[in-house]
Amino acid sequence: MADTTPAPKPRGRLAHWWDGDFAYQFRRSPVAIISFTVVMLMVLAAIFAPLIAPYDPFDPASLNLMNGFSSPMEPNAFTGETFWLGTDDQGRDVFSTILYGLRISLFVGAAAVGFAMVLGITLGLVAAYVGGWVETIIMRIADVQLTFPAILVAMLIFGVAKGITPVEYRDQMAIWVLIVAIGLSDWVQFARVVRGATLVEKNKEYVQAARLIGRGSGAIMLRHILPNVLSPVLVIATISLALAIIAEATLSFLGVGAPPTQPSLGTLIRIGQGFLFSGEWWILLFPACTLLALALAVNLLGDWLRDALNPKLR
Amino acid sequence: MSEAVLSIRNLTVEIPTRGGILRPVDQINYDINRGEILGIVGESGAGKSMAGNAVIGLLNRPAKITGGEIWLNGTRIDQLEGEDMRRLRGKHIGMVFQDPLTSLNPLLRIGDQLTETMLEHLDISRDKARKRAAAALDEVGIPAAAQRLDSYPHEFSGGMRQRVVIALALCAEPSLIIADEPTTALDVSVQAQIIALLKRLCRDRGTAVMLITHDMGVIAETADRVAVMYAGRLAELGNVRDVVTHPEHPYTDGLMGSTPLASKGLKRLRQISGSMPRLTAMPEGCAFHPRCEFAQDICRAEPRPKLNGGRSACHFPIQQPAEETA
Repeated sequence: MADTTPAPKPRGRLAHWWDGDFAYQFRRSPVAIISFTVVMLMVLAAIFAPLIAPYDPFDPASLNLMNGFSSPMEPNAFTGETFWLGTDDQGRDVFSTILYGLRISLFVGAAAVGFAMVLGITLGLVAAYVGGWVETIIMRIADVQLTFPAILVAMLIFGVAKGITPVEYRDQMAIWVLIVAIGLSDWVQFARVVRGATLVEKNKEYVQAARLIGRGSGAIMLRHILPNVLSPVLVIATISLALAIIAEATLSFLGVGAPPTQPSLGTLIRIGQGFLFSGEWWILLFPACTLLALALAVNLLGDWLRDALNPKLR
Repeated sequence: MSEAVLSIRNLTVEIPTRGGILRPVDQINYDINRGEILGIVGESGAGKSMAGNAVIGLLNRPAKITGGEIWLNGTRIDQLEGEDMRRLRGKHIGMVFQDPLTSLNPLLRIGDQLTETMLEHLDISRDKARKRAAAALDEVGIPAAAQRLDSYPHEFSGGMRQRVVIALALCAEPSLIIADEPTTALDVSVQAQIIALLKRLCRDRGTAVMLITHDMGVIAETADRVAVMYAGRLAELGNVRDVVTHPEHPYTDGLMGSTPLASKGLKRLRQISGSMPRLTAMPEGCAFHPRCEFAQDICRAEPRPKLNGGRSACHFPIQQPAEETA
């Protein structure tokens, strides 16, 4: 070890990271680079939707019904305006609605996963660390919930929440209810993985040492165990993100998700499929392709992440 | 006695199981004085680590102390709970674990782990804690200590990590260090360094050390006194020199006979036939009698012999050669 040689010059954390194994794995994997690029492009497009979108699809004043059903890249027969990806029945620019829909899809997906993560990590950590009946109760609830398909759980929660919110708030609340519903249907995975990893970590001697020096349970869980169980969580979070986006789209497609006033990709697909057989294929196809590309890219990224973070799989 | 840092009186640890109550530690007694290294030897499962864990209150359920007393610096600690125990054990007892690979948190810098202990127990600022952490690393022989504070555990070798762990145990200046097989995971040359380090620190600071190991060589090298455990009980307790050269208990004698020591010449090593009784099937009388070559009827019939202040718990201690006793 370095006893006589001077310590290497301190370098920026970013440079250090770039030299690291993780970044090296990333640079070596074309799948990772492509899927990461796709995801980043979509995230940026979603964030800057108001700047990028040529039209504001939710401003009724700017809509012209005469523009309805314009084909992609063709001037409209009545107004002569050209829309890249065509328009829907109400003359809304499909490209713009996709950008805004992407926004809602990504936001709902990310927030739902974030919610599921916080809930799942907390419950999993506590279950494993405390043990006894606390663990039994938490994990049995998780087991029971696993026996239902996640989408059913989400629909149930969504339905109940919708039933108890007053009609005038329903549209505003829909997004948040959606987040909670998807999050509640998804926490189990996080809890299980965190519990498993915690059971391993809590018997390691550094945790014993922390107990010995008198750190409280909370400090040990947060400072010592949590960082050591996070890497599998990161992987599940990525894969869950794809699943949550799809779940949101499914709910919206079934008509119980994002309201038509704030359409997500799923809502757009639902609207679009009504026109599929009357020849206006673009209203369905473009949102569907966007959803497909997004879910695929996120999934591939998660897959790669799992391999990169788990040296045993290399 | 007044000098004793740690006194253990009739300590008993029990584990209730479906098959009955197991007693991995059965009424053991010993003291450790300031600046003294007490070696605890015995084969696997003899209750060495259980006794150590009982002292620091890290027994895992369902094991618990069911009898006896533990005194640390004149305070009885076996009945302390929660907050009191936390404060006390972190401050007065340091622990060196067996495996330096897992006894450091892989995701925390060395400096953070060292200061964590000090900030928890000593009323000092973060800066000062860092300075002391660097001093502690320096003391255990880590070069460029101040710079290494920002290193992660994986950047150290096994031997250095064990040094860091020792620094960790030392940094709150405890009066007792429990070292549970501190050298088992290390190679021989590093073992020697770690042992020398423990010895020096113990001498310089007057820290008492409870050295748990199954390596007679390490004990002979390091300890001042040695306690031999067998099946949860103390078989023999005495000065290292006496125990090593003239074991009284047949078990100790067997242990010595099976340890290669250069001083004994190159004889063929003896072995103790059989294996230690399982805790579920403890024999009547002396626990060692099924394996003992000197066993008589009294060993099977009488309740187990106790140490009662003497050196060995045996009805027929091996007599020392006449010329030595004279």
